Amino acid sequence: MDLDALGNCFASSACVVTQTTSGLIVGMLLFLVAAGLTLIFGVLKIVNFAHGTFYMLGGYVAFSTLALTDSYTLAVVAAAAAMALFGVLFERLLIARVYGSNVLMQLLICYAVVLIFDDVVKIVWGPDFHAMGMPPAFQVAPLFIAGGVVPPFYAVLIGISAVIAIVLGLGLALTRIGKTVRAAAQNPSMVSALGVNTTLLFALVFAVGGALAGLAGALAAPVRSLSPGMGFSILIESFIVTVIGGMGSIAGALVAALVIGLLRGFGTIGFPMFTDGLTYVAMILILVTRPHGLFGREVA
Amino acid sequence: MRRHPALRDALIAAIALVVLLLIPAFHRSPAFEDYVIRVSAMALFATSLNLLVGGAGMVSFGHGMFYGLGAYAFALLMQMTDLSLPVAALAAIAITAVGALLVGAVCIRLGTIYFAFVTLAMQMLFFSIIISWQSLTGGDQGLRGGIPRRELFGFELGSQLHLYQFCAVVMVLGLLAMRHIAASPFGATLRMIRDNETRAGFLGVVLWRARLTAFVLAGAFAGLGGVLAALFVSGAYPELADWPNSGQAIFAVMLGGIDTFLGPLVGTMILLALNDIVTRVTEYHGLVLGLVILAFALGLRRGLLDFLRLRRKGAKA
Repeated sequence: MDLDALGNCFASSACVVTQTTSGLIVGMLLFLVAAGLTLIFGVLKIVNFAHGTFYMLGGYVAFSTLALTDSYTLAVVAAAAAMALFGVLFERLLIARVYGSNVLMQLLICYAVVLIFDDVVKIVWGPDFHAMGMPPAFQVAPLFIAGGVVPPFYAVLIGISAVIAIVLGLGLALTRIGKTVRAAAQNPSMVSALGVNTTLLFALVFAVGGALAGLAGALAAPVRSLSPGMGFSILIESFIVTVIGGMGSIAGALVAALVIGLLRGFGTIGFPMFTDGLTYVAMILILVTRPHGLFGREVA
Repeated sequence: MRRHPALRDALIAAIALVVLLLIPAFHRSPAFEDYVIRVSAMALFATSLNLLVGGAGMVSFGHGMFYGLGAYAFALLMQMTDLSLPVAALAAIAITAVGALLVGAVCIRLGTIYFAFVTLAMQMLFFSIIISWQSLTGGDQGLRGGIPRRELFGFELGSQLHLYQFCAVVMVLGLLAMRHIAASPFGATLRMIRDNETRAGFLGVVLWRARLTAFVLAGAFAGLGGVLAALFVSGAYPELADWPNSGQAIFAVMLGGIDTFLGPLVGTMILLALNDIVTRVTEYHGLVLGLVILAFALGLRRGLLDFLRLRRKGAKA
């Protein structure tokens, strides 16, 4: 524990800016992954334990696309598209077969997928860490905000994620398809009886969730290293985010992701050995006081 | 036999124990004995988890915490005090039970999915404490230096044969004790809560008290499994309390079957055997294991023993 360091950090605007940006980076990546999780849970009542795998594969697809085409934009798009497709295949071929059976069976299938694709990644890309490096377009001088150093890529990452949060929120609230999705979350059989093709809708939800996770993987690739186990760690953290925010709530996921991100950003200074622990303490405290999460409603 | 289920269970346990103890007299195989020792620790752990999952409908993702707590408490007690082995083991189980009481007090009122994740968070918190409290636990290196080998009724647990016999006895007795709990009126109460908690409440069952008791009992038996694990590895390592370990237990439970008492034992045997065989054949054991699990999940749609039992019922009907 190093409270002096934490106090000193809060006294200097440079440190506050730096830690806030790194916290926002963590938070926004978590949000992208958690938004897909919470969407899938909200509509399908499926706890997708394989979501970290989507994120990992997204990172690797972006890595290879960048190596082939030298275009980071293309890499991001390819990762999102590939993971949207992967999400649909995953839902149609595996998860759809166990709708209505024990929740633990869904968990088992997800675990199998995690195991399989960790090894697939090892076979295709090798077991070692990969560093994608900053894309050439972003290899420019950093921005200075109130004395703190902010790499331009960080600003872009935060910006893209914020835009997606807004698009997702407005899309769900205002568009016809967003309304259908929310209706399906309330009562899927009624929505189906009203003539909506819920099979297609469920696949769509998985596609969106997959695309978000793939996008997060592609955005994370330049700032984090790629390794076969990377899906596992983000999975736990994004679950914490969904649970704190309230399962099924996009706004909750955003708030919780930012809280966790900032907690980690400043936690590394105040409690360098116990940063992970802080996240769990936060989750326990929030769930004990609000058993359904910050924005959650009663769920089974 | 139908009128004396307890007697029948004890008989089955006695036969199993005799068979296990006789095997080394005919054939010494270090690999087999090693396998049984690991199965004994894991089977106690998985079966205790199933007291919650199958028996009470409480899906805990953080049960590995109590496995790890039992292992660390036992290893530390053996290293730091002169307690004899059984006393240290019982003390470790008591410590685990207190830990489960504290965690359970926070978690048991939560709904299914939140319960799963808060137990997981509790485990991860415990794991971070192990990692960061280096002076006590040795941090990520684990608790090394071995466990002092004290004799126990003429047994020297340093020898593999004696450890094998000890673990076989503890496993069979532990499973028998859990069988009694599951078959007792208390076990029936838990199943009633699992199936319809509102009705159980109307009938006068104090829900939180029954759930908390189940949680503490399950934690204590997981701690017993942890004690065996600590004996086997001669120390305690953070991996014992890490979440993939909880995952392994959940998959052992599900592979074997949640509605059959011996399901978790069978699941553990399948899982560990698969791990051993596949690791020997290929370095990509996750790939193979994953495909096998998929085949189980999509082919049987339930654990092996549950599947067989349903088929037998179907054949009779």
